[in-house]
Amino acid sequence: MSQSAQRIVNNPKFQELVAKRSAFAWTLSIAMLVIYFGFILLVAFGKSFLGTPIGSGVTTWGIPVGVFTIVSAFILTGIYVHRANGEFDELNRQILEESK
Amino acid sequence: MRATTRLAAPVAAVAAAAGALVPTTVLADAIGGAVQKQATNWSAILMFLAFVLFTLGITYWAARRTKSAKDFYAAGGGITGFQNGLAIAGDYMSAASFLGIAGLVYASGFDGLIYSVGWLVGWPIVLFLVAERLRNLGKYTFADVASYRFKQTPIRSLSACGSLATVTFYLIAQMVGAGKLIQLLFGLDYMVAVIIVGVLMIGYVTFGGMLATTWVQIIKAVMLLSGASFMAFMILAKFGFSPEAMFKAAVEAHPKGLAIMSPGALVTDPVSAISLGMALMFGTAGLPHILMRFFTVADAKEARKSVFYATGFIGYFYILTFIIGFGAILMILAPDANGAYPFLTAAPAAGAKAVIANVIGGTNMAAIHTAHAVGGDLFYGFISAVAFATILAVVAGLTLAGASAVSHDLYASVFAKGRANEADEIRVSKITTVAIGILSIVLGIAFENQNVAFMVGLAFVIAASANFPILLMSMFWGKMTTRGAVLGGGLGLVSAIVLLVLGPTVWKAVLGNPTAIFPYDNPGLFSILLSFAGIWFFSITDNSEQAQKERRDFEAQYIRSQTGLGAEGASAH
Repeated sequence: MSQSAQRIVNNPKFQELVAKRSAFAWTLSIAMLVIYFGFILLVAFGKSFLGTPIGSGVTTWGIPVGVFTIVSAFILTGIYVHRANGEFDELNRQILEESK
Repeated sequence: MRATTRLAAPVAAVAAAAGALVPTTVLADAIGGAVQKQATNWSAILMFLAFVLFTLGITYWAARRTKSAKDFYAAGGGITGFQNGLAIAGDYMSAASFLGIAGLVYASGFDGLIYSVGWLVGWPIVLFLVAERLRNLGKYTFADVASYRFKQTPIRSLSACGSLATVTFYLIAQMVGAGKLIQLLFGLDYMVAVIIVGVLMIGYVTFGGMLATTWVQIIKAVMLLSGASFMAFMILAKFGFSPEAMFKAAVEAHPKGLAIMSPGALVTDPVSAISLGMALMFGTAGLPHILMRFFTVADAKEARKSVFYATGFIGYFYILTFIIGFGAILMILAPDANGAYPFLTAAPAAGAKAVIANVIGGTNMAAIHTAHAVGGDLFYGFISAVAFATILAVVAGLTLAGASAVSHDLYASVFAKGRANEADEIRVSKITTVAIGILSIVLGIAFENQNVAFMVGLAFVIAASANFPILLMSMFWGKMTTRGAVLGGGLGLVSAIVLLVLGPTVWKAVLGNPTAIFPYDNPGLFSILLSFAGIWFFSITDNSEQAQKERRDFEAQYIRSQTGLGAEGASAH
């Protein structure tokens, strides 16, 4: 392993970065899986709920639930990119700087 | 054009509504069934020619800037996150998803939304688990990452097989779809259409490499998104921008009535549903032409931004297709201002509702008719040209990924053992591009009358069962060894193909056997788990000298994947 790499491993900031970023990435992944498979199971077992009209119109609950699933994918990526490109990249920059 | 032809309506959308559950049922509509040639559509042809001339101009510009291997495979690493996001969206939004999903919504309403959701949710996973590590570790292909600390020959060979299998099946489906759609939209011969697509894609890729391919994707994505936005806007404007008013009118016009507002028969049993969901989610993260796009940006930061923009564009596009599908119900199944039904082969009897399958050209034409209804002849020509451009852009991306697997993985790493020079590698890549182009023309013609709809599903299942597990485990699991990767990935590849062939989509529908040996349309759940289990088992039982070394090397790889230390940068120009 190169000297820089050795310094990175020994830097507590590296452990902090990896722990924080991994926890964040897995949390968001699980959130996406829960939302998507929740939607699919609702489609398989909760047809009557999704087919219930909202109020007195013809628009059913299925429409906002489906649109929410699509929008949630976008929002989750936005949340991740915001934190990764800000907080995590700053930490990463410091780690690389200190490894020189 | 409308008055002169009567087309055999493809039955696939109806089959989809009746409970088939393959990621291909939508595509089946776009490419299944008999299609008759239409009268030549000159406004569409002229607009398509303008697109071709413009993109050839870009190819000429790109060719002058494409000198090194890095330029050829990765556009020099100088694409921005926003541009790459558009290009990824361009790679992903195929004609099948535009015409097919709108057609599915037209035929069965809400079910189309379930479908779109499945195609989208893989993207966050790509971002959270794959994109930045891939960018930090790789150079040109995902096999760079999968083989990072392992024996090059076996892993590169397996990854190249996975890539080529994915690309080939995807390409066949696209070529056959292209031929049929172009017959419908432009009134050109099937063979002429397939040859035009093949020749143009060879041109873009051999001369302009990744830079030209990227810009073709970007232009196509912008055209498709603006065309679809205009359609959705015009449809909603008719109802004072009230979705409720639009849904109400659609329920009144559609023969299924209120049923179009709730889930139908698309998802019936949970095993199939989860299996399909896994194949779509993890398949997206294993498509070689998509993964390759992450090497075109400067660093991990831009790679993340690419996925964010791509997810936004693709999600927005799926919401638009949903609105367009409802618009299609209104434009096709309800009478126009004169009380006529211009897009149906037969007007309904007095008091009866219109028949879905009577739409001219089949349900995959629903979006195209809607374009005609909301924007007149010129816009109809524009949307037809966009559909053609869409196919062209997707096949160009696929071809480049296939050519890279051959030149960078098989030729440079396996055959020449890393001693090939750059010029030779690029030459091999260009020769392969021409070969893939010719092969896809031949396959496109050979498969003209076959049902190839299952092939996109096959491509996704292979990507999810072979490429994705090796890639993910190589980045996350330090105990993986060459033996585990090769045997586990191989198991995923073989089981995906075998189970799909034994399942209802191929064994029953294509081969005509009375019952399927394997009960589920989509083998994803089983083949993906088999692959991961195989990688785990054959790695932990591997105590060879090589395996010990590979485990020790993980730490250095891990540091690079996390911090980007020593990662490929952008080239200077």
